[in-house]
Amino acid sequence: MTAAQDLSLFVRRPLDGVAAMDLVVEGVHCGACINAIEAGLRKQAGVRGARVNLASKRVTVEWNEGALEPPAILERLEALGYPAHPFAANTVDSVERAAEQQLMRCLGVAAFATMNVMLLSVALWAGADSDSNSATRDLFHWLSALVALPCVAYAGMPFFVSAARALKAGSLNMDVPISLGVTLALALSLFQTIAHERDAYFDSALMLLMFLLAGRVLDQRMRRRARDFATNLTAVRADRALKLVEGGEACETPIAAIHPGDLVLVRAGERIAVDGAVEDGRSEVDQSLVTGETMPIAVSAGAAVYAGALNLSGALRVRVTKEAGQALLDEVNALLAKAMEQRSSYVRIADRAARFYAPVVHLTALATFLGWLLVGAGWQHSLIVAITVLIITCPCALGLAVPAVQVVAAGALFRRGLLLNSGEALERLAEAGTIVFDKTGTLTDPRPTLANGADIAPADLALAGSLALSSKHPLAKAIADASGAKAPLSGHEFPGRGVSTLHHGKRVKLGSVAFCNAEAEAAPVAAAFPDASLIALKTPERKVVFAIRQGLRSDARETVASLARGHEIEILSGDRRAAVELVARELGVARFESDLKPKDKIERLKTLSAAGKRPLMVGDGLNDAPALAAAHVSISPVSAAHIAQAQADALFLGERLAPVADAVNFAVKARRLMVENLCLSLVYNAIAAPLAVLGYVTPLIAALAMSGSSVLVTLNALRARDA
Amino acid sequence: MNVLVYLVPLALALGAFGLAAFLWALKNGQFDDLDGAAWRAISDDDLPEDERH
Repeated sequence: MTAAQDLSLFVRRPLDGVAAMDLVVEGVHCGACINAIEAGLRKQAGVRGARVNLASKRVTVEWNEGALEPPAILERLEALGYPAHPFAANTVDSVERAAEQQLMRCLGVAAFATMNVMLLSVALWAGADSDSNSATRDLFHWLSALVALPCVAYAGMPFFVSAARALKAGSLNMDVPISLGVTLALALSLFQTIAHERDAYFDSALMLLMFLLAGRVLDQRMRRRARDFATNLTAVRADRALKLVEGGEACETPIAAIHPGDLVLVRAGERIAVDGAVEDGRSEVDQSLVTGETMPIAVSAGAAVYAGALNLSGALRVRVTKEAGQALLDEVNALLAKAMEQRSSYVRIADRAARFYAPVVHLTALATFLGWLLVGAGWQHSLIVAITVLIITCPCALGLAVPAVQVVAAGALFRRGLLLNSGEALERLAEAGTIVFDKTGTLTDPRPTLANGADIAPADLALAGSLALSSKHPLAKAIADASGAKAPLSGHEFPGRGVSTLHHGKRVKLGSVAFCNAEAEAAPVAAAFPDASLIALKTPERKVVFAIRQGLRSDARETVASLARGHEIEILSGDRRAAVELVARELGVARFESDLKPKDKIERLKTLSAAGKRPLMVGDGLNDAPALAAAHVSISPVSAAHIAQAQADALFLGERLAPVADAVNFAVKARRLMVENLCLSLVYNAIAAPLAVLGYVTPLIAALAMSGSSVLVTLNALRARDA
Repeated sequence: MNVLVYLVPLALALGAFGLAAFLWALKNGQFDDLDGAAWRAISDDDLPEDERH
């Protein structure tokens, strides 16, 4: 790499005179890697310290400011065998991290309080209150109150805040009955303590809080892990551009530090990292990540280019523009805004259960109070029984029923190469009726491969491969890969046309069909592979034409076939009809549409939604972004355009398509388990609530019932691990 | 029952000590890298260079 690098965006200054940088490191697996990296970096002059985080595959390096240049650290790591990519933690990351820390603190406080109050309660249950004057019991109750009240006030905050927000918005969520139950349990216990009564429920309230907080912590941790991983991916994808600074020098700059009006150099074979207009230069660009169209488009001065497009043949100088003023981006952004507005506010299964559950519980408590009053129990006793009903029905298991399943299923999917952006994505995935695929980059592998390798003599392929190694053109790379050639033939490159060399005294050319005058040979190949780009090899004896295209992902056929068993499959593509038809035929998909604009895709999704089909959209392009937002649920490959990735509910990694099928299968199973868990906790309530209504519930029974049902739903949730 | 006079405060103090330790560990970043901690325990980088294996 010849260009200088500008990494100033990533450098932090934690202390005076100390600079620090966070890097994502590839290939860190075990303790030996930790040692190698930390020791290796410390030997570098000027480095104060380095700390590897194995869980998130990151390293933080600190050095004395001015003692070394940041790129030297990258070089050092590269030399150690660990390519590294700098990244700047964004605000969302730190907010999520702070939320997790806060939940952990709450959990710690709740656990401390539960243990100590249990210590006192168990003593009471075991008979410590059998002395006649009950002074010990009162003392223990007061001690419990002393511990429980401040601890609940602190550890219950996440629930109280969320419940208050829901009530303010005029709706009910699971946190409303939780907050009410906990608060009333404490109030009742305090009242009983003051009145020298026998039963207090401090332990139940705290145990409830602890179980629920454990669920929340797991949930938050899952979300942060997915987010960390996504941040790492972004860093590894290295969105950098060669910014041309005054004097015509190129400086490698992260795109976050590039502003409208800057001039950027895009060399042949590189991906364009910014939106802009071509200032000068002439080239062909592959816009398949942008529009789904696989045919390269010729661009010259004045043409608009988009981030994500691949520059094929010549160097371009691109003037970065604001997003406005570019037809395609404007259209996509407008559609996106509309689609997000219309995205139905999805009600999560737990909140749906809460909407049904909370009124029933509260009415039962009210009826209990009135019932006991009618039979002449006195308002005080009636109130106590009514509140025990609320405590015993407080949805401890209900609150764990859904998150526990989500955490387990998301963990299992993570190991299979699928990242969920949110827990509710799992619920929406399970409801998907029709599965809509984009073609380019989704069903097909974004890397081009040689399609007609079987028709080409090995000697020709080897020759073409050696020659291709000397070219930077992405299509040449596909030929070089297919041939397995190692030794490059040094050739002269004609930008945008091909390479030419003398091989054993003969003139050999590899390049576009026109460059090799191979139009006659190209015609039959073009007919056989209508979606392929053609490259020709010309020797004095013969001309050979290579068809290069984005082949199907290796397991696309099996995955689509397995999905087709339970769902309708459609292909909606922005590519030409011939190319789409070929893929559809190969996959056995009957319904496909081609030449679609972003708004056409949305129209089709709307039709499907209106018919109650709940579409799952799988797509990667900039042109898919509005459709991904408009669909009931959406998945993107990690190679997708940024704007598409941001809209998707889940991302899948790697070359294989199988994670999409896994996602659907796991989601269906997870949903079944969620419903099962909700039923389990309802059954528990059906048994416990009548006992409470009749006034038979003691604190011991409440504690046993609560922990019993929580453990039961957690164990059941563990079954989400395999589909 | 006089034993309660010091046993109960003792129990509470022990619990509070545990809580304080947990909060300190959390603040100190001890839970940031659970995978790495498992490996660091068996690394022998605290030994002089010639005694490592």
